[in-house]
Amino acid sequence: MPMTVAEKILARASGRPAVSAGEVVEPRVDLAMSHENAALVINQFREIYAETGIEARVWDPSRIAIIFDHRVPAESAKTATNQKRIREFVALQGITKFHDIRADQGGICHQILPENGYVVPGAVVVGTDSHTTTHGAMGAFAFGIGATEMASVWALGAALNIEVPETIKVVVSGVLPEFVSPKDLILHLIGRLSAEGANYKVLEFHGDAIRNMPMSGRLVLSNMAVEAGATAGIVPADSETVRYLREVAGYKGELDLVQPDRDARYVQTVEVDASQLTYQIACPHTVDNVKTIDRVEGTKVDQIVIGSCTNGRADDLAVAASILRGRKIADGVRMLVFPASWRIYRESMKRGVIDDLINAGAIIMNPGCGCCLGVHQGALGDGETALSTTNRNFLGRMGNAKAQVYLCSPAVAAASALTGRISRPPKGVSKHDATFQFPAPENDACVEAG
Amino acid sequence: MTQPSSSPLLKTTLVWKLDDDVSTDVIYPGRYMATVLPSETPQYAFADLPELNKKLATGEFPRGSAFVAGKNFGCGSSREQAASTLKGYELAIVARGFARIFLQNAINLGLRTIVCPQIEASVGDALEIYEERVVNTTTGKTFPIEPLPKSRQAIIDAGGLIAYTRSRVVAENSPES
Ligand code: SF4
Repeated sequence: MPMTVAEKILARASGRPAVSAGEVVEPRVDLAMSHENAALVINQFREIYAETGIEARVWDPSRIAIIFDHRVPAESAKTATNQKRIREFVALQGITKFHDIRADQGGICHQILPENGYVVPGAVVVGTDSHTTTHGAMGAFAFGIGATEMASVWALGAALNIEVPETIKVVVSGVLPEFVSPKDLILHLIGRLSAEGANYKVLEFHGDAIRNMPMSGRLVLSNMAVEAGATAGIVPADSETVRYLREVAGYKGELDLVQPDRDARYVQTVEVDASQLTYQIACPHTVDNVKTIDRVEGTKVDQIVIGSCTNGRADDLAVAASILRGRKIADGVRMLVFPASWRIYRESMKRGVIDDLINAGAIIMNPGCGCCLGVHQGALGDGETALSTTNRNFLGRMGNAKAQVYLCSPAVAAASALTGRISRPPKGVSKHDATFQFPAPENDACVEAG
Repeated sequence: MTQPSSSPLLKTTLVWKLDDDVSTDVIYPGRYMATVLPSETPQYAFADLPELNKKLATGEFPRGSAFVAGKNFGCGSSREQAASTLKGYELAIVARGFARIFLQNAINLGLRTIVCPQIEASVGDALEIYEERVVNTTTGKTFPIEPLPKSRQAIIDAGGLIAYTRSRVVAENSPES
């Protein structure tokens, strides 16, 4: 039976020769990720064992990853107490892939997993975070679940009652114009599909524009697949996946680059000509309220945010720096930069990118989720507007229901910081040398971490 | 669990209406996410919609009241608090559609969710919910329900995912297995 990537991965993980969309399976889990919400998972996990007389042990402590990122360092006593309880649980259970609040190992979970080689093609990855879809960029089947479902995974090592999803094939051809980025591509796609257009389905990305895209861009696509409702967003593994795993993540094991069958069944095919795309802006208060930049150009902004699991990567910071180098952000604008991991922070520092941003007037915050979800630093005032490279703009998302959030690419965010209004990247600036790859890990502590 | 469809599973009143795409950020704002216990989350339900938050907190809606929502209810974050906060008030959520993770969380925690793609009702209408349809007895109109897949019904029948998993854990640890 011909299968999509999702079907192949779920078949293998369920010990079946083949599965097809609609079947219910119970896949073995290769990696189970949580962040601070592990506090609730632990609670539910202990509930499962309550009064059974059975000792509460996780099924495999080497397959559980816990990364502190949502509120680092803790913004309240309550959070600090949750983090303390999680640390105790990690020690008790012997969980190995634990990333504490430390500059030699920390960052946002959706960056820490790939840069440490925790996710490989063909893996089943679950996370108590909706943007767990990010890891589909590595050719894995990765999806978000709730805390109680995670407790169940910790106990049984399998995801229960998973319906094999249908797959939408997304074919992207052509070359993106300069400064038009994977973020613009995925925003365009979400606008076309709508916020629920891919509900219960998988997006599988194909085409020469995807093949030529570095991992940093693929992670953006898979990250935001969930904003169209998708269960997962998968980029079938190829030489770029292998390069990233070997050179950046230092992964040494064998790799199985799971490919879809030629005649796999897709429910829908969506085609995009990348060369025709321009800058896209998601307007308040839904991610699918996407407009091309000409329709919102000139909108006044108070705060620019560059960061998050979507666009806090080295390439993103470098693109922003290439626009801001030697310039100043506009009066009355605050610009906050949250690198997605400490490793990215350090690499960007070495490249001079951080200096360029600081000289322009940007504040560099510590790596983590920062103001993305409105709990920790960078709050907005009543009536204020943020332009952000994050992935959600729901009412109240950045902590103030009387504020507005627009979403855009790093290039547009940086350009808009210069003017204080939503703006295109200025002419005469070249993206040349803005894109760079991580050097191979030398003695980088964070690669060994956990 | 199967009941004859001649008697409703629930007779309720529609007390609040919501639009399409109500996100988990609206249902349970991120700044309260350090509060995790289901017993403590209800106080923050719809915290950014103060009027609604107050009506819930002051017990203005009797337990078992219905909210009717549009498409894609619960989109966004996987935070389970968004389900537990509504479960705390024993609400029944009738929506034209739900986002995947929210619906799964609701089922896992036993929050009553009804997928009713064509539902039309106004605040104050009396609703009768049957296994396969919702009857708006105020307007006399009937709307079909999309049944849950069998796999999910098994979790509901077990009394939620904790009980379901507990029975699996016990079975795996029993000497005969
Ligand atoms: S950066 Fe934002 S979207 Fe990403 S994991 Fe953190 S809170 Fe979630």
